[in-house]
Amino acid sequence: MPDWLQRLRNPAPTEDAALWVKCPSCGEMLYRKDLESNFSVCTKCNYHFRMHAYDRINSLVDGDFVEIGDDVLPGDPLGWTDKRPYLQKLETDREKSKLSEAVVTGFATLDGFPVALGVMDFSFRGGTMGTVVGERITNLFEEARKRKLPSIVFTASGGARMEEGMLALMQMAKTTQAVERFKAEGNPYITVLTDPTTGGVSASFAFQSDVIVAEAHAAIGFAGRRVIEQTIRQRLPDNFQTAEFLLQKGHVDMVVQRAEIRGTLVRLLDYAVDRKRVGPALKAVPEFALPS
Amino acid sequence: MNLIVEREKGPLQELENRIAALRERGPAVPASDVQLLEEKYHELLWDLFGKLSPWERVNMARHPKRPIGTDYIAALDQFEELHGDRHFRDDPALSGGLAKLRGRRVMVLAQQKGRDTKENIARNFGMVSPEGYRKGRRLMELAERFRLPIVTFVDTSGADPGIASEEHAQAEAIASCLMTLTKVGVPVVATVIGEGGSGGALAIALADTVLMAENSVYSVASPEGCAAILWGDAARAPEAAERLRLTSEDLLGFGIVDRVIPEPLGGAHRDAAAFVGRVLDAVEEELSALDGRTSDELRDARYAKFRRIGAWEHGAAALVASAIP
Repeated sequence: MPDWLQRLRNPAPTEDAALWVKCPSCGEMLYRKDLESNFSVCTKCNYHFRMHAYDRINSLVDGDFVEIGDDVLPGDPLGWTDKRPYLQKLETDREKSKLSEAVVTGFATLDGFPVALGVMDFSFRGGTMGTVVGERITNLFEEARKRKLPSIVFTASGGARMEEGMLALMQMAKTTQAVERFKAEGNPYITVLTDPTTGGVSASFAFQSDVIVAEAHAAIGFAGRRVIEQTIRQRLPDNFQTAEFLLQKGHVDMVVQRAEIRGTLVRLLDYAVDRKRVGPALKAVPEFALPS
Repeated sequence: MNLIVEREKGPLQELENRIAALRERGPAVPASDVQLLEEKYHELLWDLFGKLSPWERVNMARHPKRPIGTDYIAALDQFEELHGDRHFRDDPALSGGLAKLRGRRVMVLAQQKGRDTKENIARNFGMVSPEGYRKGRRLMELAERFRLPIVTFVDTSGADPGIASEEHAQAEAIASCLMTLTKVGVPVVATVIGEGGSGGALAIALADTVLMAENSVYSVASPEGCAAILWGDAARAPEAAERLRLTSEDLLGFGIVDRVIPEPLGGAHRDAAAFVGRVLDAVEEELSALDGRTSDELRDARYAKFRRIGAWEHGAAALVASAIP
């Protein structure tokens, strides 16, 4: 584990619980280290576990990852309480997920290509987009645009975050505008849709990219499966809203197994960006860091 | 069952009937008698509808007699409907076309609920399908080509959540409407006239100016959907409505809505024609205020408008300010 990841992922979970993991698909008991070295994919049945944002980043980047936007933290604009106060829920999610919000954004290089990288994580409030996710994504595109860097975003989201009401919905508009400005200047944008990508995130920056990669077996759609089933009062076929279904319907460019994603992104970057033009000015990642 | 409709029955209905009956008898009835009843009637209206809770607003927004898209279109000077997404079909849940509004050439897009069950089925209860959003996008692009301001009327419980809509990429259809409204260099004025249901509403409401009828609602999720998710019980929708902050006053306060158009006591449907006229006047005023802006000025101001929306714990304000053109 690189230093930066060590710093971000304090303290390690207790050994006992951490040693073995049961695959929810085939029931196989998997040795955690094997699972991790296999990109959190079941070695027996190819089930793709949801991946922690920092593990994902670690599996992609060459060396360092310079995080930005991590100082943008959630508040409680509506004074929301349902079963528990929103602020308490955020606290629990922070502890559970070891994340400050549902997206991690920053700069890194991928096989030498400098990129702006955003990775959403379902384990924080179901990856929902509140004002912080909106702000971090918007900020990422604005900073990438200044530096003329390609952007890659991994999506995983249950949609807009209810606890922030309309302020959350408006993040769809805000992020769209940042994506549009970024793309209008010819900067490449690739999304990788991971499990699950739905609602306000799929109806904004997830489907606004130049190339859409879907991770194998991911559930992707607009309305949630349950909502549709309630509306039509019948059960949906198992493959409905899967990455493979979307490929067949023409909604995504390709479906890629997790282990192949990095290689795929590098190949795509190699077409989208002229490697010769990735000059020495962009080689040292720390230069991307924002002045604090 | 609509809460407002229920409340309109009984004493209020009775008073209405009595006033109508007196009026029918003509000059034989002293004017003061009619006046007396009318005063009582207004008092009762005030008691019943003077102060509405968020859930009552939701019911008002869904009132079966509330002015709907077709009423606003009928009140335009002229309207030339344009159909179809050029790919698959014409979606009657979103209608659009070339129009004249108070003498001004515009492109109009209106989400369409029906007036009765039959109309509602034909229009899918105002729930727009991908084909509808693609028609919308096409007409937005046409507006840009003809240099016509875009005027939209929002009234949907949400984008259609059916199998076919998923198969036809509902998410992509909405995402690209948002992209197009970001790009267009003509003024965009959106008015929420009834229900503003989540992303399906926003798809035609990423606008320079957002107006809202006083008793309309605009929400991240329907109160029923929200309650189902939070408590597994859609019947707790009234509580969800309280929490979602979906009323016009709330949204004006957040800076999400720019102007609220007051409704007659008891709701827009009590004086529908006049209310629709006032909405169109307000739209025209807002379009006038945007006159003379260049495409870049419009786009920059639109960017700044949505860029500001959010709430963070720390001093991201400086970051945001530096990003606003």
